[in-house]
Amino acid sequence: MSMATPLTYQQIDEEVIRTLAPVTGRYRIALGISAFLAAMMFLAWLLQVMYGMGLTGLNVPVSWGCYIVDFVFWVGIGHAGTLISAFLYLFRVPWRTAVYRVAETMTVFAVMTAGLFPLIHLGRAWVFYWTMPIPNRAHLYPNFKSPLVWDVLAISTYLTISSLFWYLGLLPDLAAVRDNSHGVKRRFYRYLALGWHNRWEQWRHYTRAYLGFACLAAPLVLSVHTVVSFDFSMSVVPGWHSTIFPPFFVIGAIHSGLAMVLLLVIPGHRLLKLQKLIGMRHFEGLAQLLLFTTTFMAYSYGMELFMAWYTGDIFERSQFLYRMTGHYAWAFWGMILFNGVVPFALASRRIRTSQRWLLVISLLILIGMWLERFVIVVPSLAHDFLPNAWGIYKPQPIELVITVGSFGFFFTLFLACIRLLPAMAMSEMKEEDVHHRLEAAR
Amino acid sequence: MVIDLNRCTGCSGCVTACYAENNVPVVGPEMVAMGREMSWLRVERYYEEHPAEPVQFLPMLCQHCDAAPCEPVCPVFAAYHTDEGLNGQVYNRCIGTRYCANNCPWKVRRFNWFEPDWPEPLNWQLNPDVTARSRGVMEKCTFCVQRIRGGERQAKIDQRPLRDGDIVPACAQACASRAIVFGDLMDPNSEVSRLIESNRRYQVLGELNTRPAVIYLKRVVRDGEA
Repeated sequence: MSMATPLTYQQIDEEVIRTLAPVTGRYRIALGISAFLAAMMFLAWLLQVMYGMGLTGLNVPVSWGCYIVDFVFWVGIGHAGTLISAFLYLFRVPWRTAVYRVAETMTVFAVMTAGLFPLIHLGRAWVFYWTMPIPNRAHLYPNFKSPLVWDVLAISTYLTISSLFWYLGLLPDLAAVRDNSHGVKRRFYRYLALGWHNRWEQWRHYTRAYLGFACLAAPLVLSVHTVVSFDFSMSVVPGWHSTIFPPFFVIGAIHSGLAMVLLLVIPGHRLLKLQKLIGMRHFEGLAQLLLFTTTFMAYSYGMELFMAWYTGDIFERSQFLYRMTGHYAWAFWGMILFNGVVPFALASRRIRTSQRWLLVISLLILIGMWLERFVIVVPSLAHDFLPNAWGIYKPQPIELVITVGSFGFFFTLFLACIRLLPAMAMSEMKEEDVHHRLEAAR
Repeated sequence: MVIDLNRCTGCSGCVTACYAENNVPVVGPEMVAMGREMSWLRVERYYEEHPAEPVQFLPMLCQHCDAAPCEPVCPVFAAYHTDEGLNGQVYNRCIGTRYCANNCPWKVRRFNWFEPDWPEPLNWQLNPDVTARSRGVMEKCTFCVQRIRGGERQAKIDQRPLRDGDIVPACAQACASRAIVFGDLMDPNSEVSRLIESNRRYQVLGELNTRPAVIYLKRVVRDGEA
């Protein structure tokens, strides 16, 4: 898809602000369904808090199931957004600009969704705050040796920094929307824009702060999911206790997140009619990153299997044989296929530049990544050291409602934001135009 | 604790005694089928093609490891190590993350998936010395800590040092063949110290190096005879 003559500043503003126009029927239906699913999730959670974790399919030995899978899944998705907004900013990758707003919005809401799950899976969720170092009468600290406490710290850091970074980047655009609005809408955006008036000093502070946040957020891409992986690699469970987990999880997170970005941006730019601003150049950039993460994922799967054999440890070997041939083999092979085999099709130029194929492959990757988290959590617990203790986990309806409901929660927030906030970083696109005014997109 | 597998008959008397002593809830057949039985002590059975020993069994309980893998992973210090070497569980601190259960290689930790229920007259049978747990908390064998404290208290009242045999956990008390023996390994004259001299001694999953406090004595069978 080629972009024609470069747009003027006014045209960029108009294209994006136009997407905030009154809603269509299709949008209302989508928002309605998402909100309904989200409401079902909260209702299911309420039932669980009232009656107990027994409503799930969990047992001993498999005492972590769908909720932890969902938690790791959603945190992972968030990482691609920060990769695009912070990492690619520091590396000055040109095609980042048009998709960065959607990606960062996705990150903030994915991390919010993920943050629900550590609460949902607790046996006594009402005392969750005991994991936080809050002054109390018993002078008790949380156990800082526990990876779960590291999670609390990492996720809350991630949420704070992502939200602030997102909001900072929004300020000039919110001011542009404010200047183009009237009446109540103008007042609403005036509050949000925090007095942004395009002044030189404001831009000076803005660019410094933006760079500062990018420097803070970029290491988070690597560290947050590493800490989440420590939940597993710091345990003794065969299949979890593996040094490859930190990079494996981080790259897997980026893998799933990029797929989610593509899944949001490809239909999104059509529905919002932003074809003048987003094109194949951006999708292909994302697809190339996906190809890279796929090679690493395929390597990780192969290396885990190789090491399980090479180590000679009977528990490790038994675990991986179980993964390949046991009760959850369907999940294992689905994971290998969707994450480590199918995305290699992106090596073909034809597939990489086809919006339809990108959508299909992204969807398969998302399914595959959920299956991967499932394969990591459940078979390892179901089949560990003592054969007498082995067991089976069958997810129950309440877990399905909450898992699907989390997508509803995410999309409710995301859809609401698409209509309230400018979907693209207008100020950055203008910046990009100045630098590449005569460059036509391919 | 020393468990002599030569003496164990697999009768599950120890399991029953533990249920009675420690207010372990009964969950019903459906929940047991789901893998949610609450037994702090279980008799593991292994079936093998062997003329003399087609079934092998072993009482499995919390090993009270010196380097317990369940302790560092609890975010709120509900699983902790006492001065005496017990692996303790603080019920009212537990928030129910179940990480400790994942990290236990012997899978001896139990979670209260629902509120335990003692319909009349079962509630009259509850042991007042032991906390009745609510839903959402982990529990496991405590080496009958209430009896340990009781023994220590009695020795203090009698103004004498603690003797070997003052403290008898419920499982050891109920075992008809005296397969389970509990005592102080720091005391060279205790029965456990005498028993671990045996060359049959081993620790289940001892190679994981968590230093379990439960020593098993291997069952010796003469080959080829029923």
